[in-house]
Amino acid sequence: MSQTALILLWIACGLVTFAIRYSFIALEGHYQPPSWFIRWLPFVPIAALTALTMPELLLVAGQLDLGTDNSRLWAGLFAIAVAARWRNTLLTIGSGFVAFWLLHQLG
Amino acid sequence: MTPPPPLTPLRAFMLGVRALLPMLLGVVPFGVIYGVVALQSGIPPLAAFLMSSLVFAGSAQFLLAQLVGVGAPVFLAVGAVGLINLRHALYSASVAPVLHALPRRWKLLLAYLLTDEAYAAAIPHLLREPRSPLAHWILFGAGFALWFGWQLSTLAGVLLGAQLPADLGLDFALPLTFIAIVVPLIDSRPRLIAALTAGAAAVLLVAMPYKTGLFVAVLAGLVAGAFMQGRSKQ
Repeated sequence: MSQTALILLWIACGLVTFAIRYSFIALEGHYQPPSWFIRWLPFVPIAALTALTMPELLLVAGQLDLGTDNSRLWAGLFAIAVAARWRNTLLTIGSGFVAFWLLHQLG
Repeated sequence: MTPPPPLTPLRAFMLGVRALLPMLLGVVPFGVIYGVVALQSGIPPLAAFLMSSLVFAGSAQFLLAQLVGVGAPVFLAVGAVGLINLRHALYSASVAPVLHALPRRWKLLLAYLLTDEAYAAAIPHLLREPRSPLAHWILFGAGFALWFGWQLSTLAGVLLGAQLPADLGLDFALPLTFIAIVVPLIDSRPRLIAALTAGAAAVLLVAMPYKTGLFVAVLAGLVAGAFMQGRSKQ
């Protein structure tokens, strides 16, 4: 894609993002969101981000790889454990990277 | 103890800035890595930097850069960004009562700046002073501090990315960041079921063209989570 096409794509994505952020601020006092929407919404980031992450950890070149040489899988599992224990963004990303590079050097 | 000084717009703004500052510790490296990853996905430096103000959404920017890198169709890229950012509707609904009486230009500005971090930093103050006529300055301070930090750090990443060799495995920052966001959100059985279902479906459906398996997987996760929640209520 040309630089102009990319920037037009950013603008489209920016408008969608802005519309989501503006939605209830704009509607305040005019509209009450349905209760099922409020109930389902918390599941969206969880389902979306996990669906993006799992193939990155489990697949190598499109094939399931549970072997010890799949550094992403083991570093990812380590990061999940760190995130569950300390709930700290920087620590999770940092320790995951260190684990990944160490495993990569060893492998 | 002396009573706190009366809130002025500047004090309220600085309250928001100070609440956000610790979060920049996580955001700045993330921004630098975004810049590097965007260049490695084949995006020119200027476009990579402009995405930070035009889209202004951390994890969605990573995803968008990667989708562009693999040549995904435009509708899919826009849809994926919308899906990832749908969680911001929660924040919008949450701050809407506080911003109700403001002029439209304030609402537009604060909606643009409404991110995970700005919301998380400002909401404790907003809950404490929901009736304060200056509460929106707190959200503005937090939102602006994050915006400024994000622009600077992604610019640094774009400048640095041009100097780095291609295969450092830095794209692993994306799954790591998602892990850091998602794992703390999983605090109940229905949420765990939603995550496991979506993750397993995404792996099983990976062969579907243009990552469309992703949409099916997210939907499967939503249905599984909502079903489990309905069952646990009975």
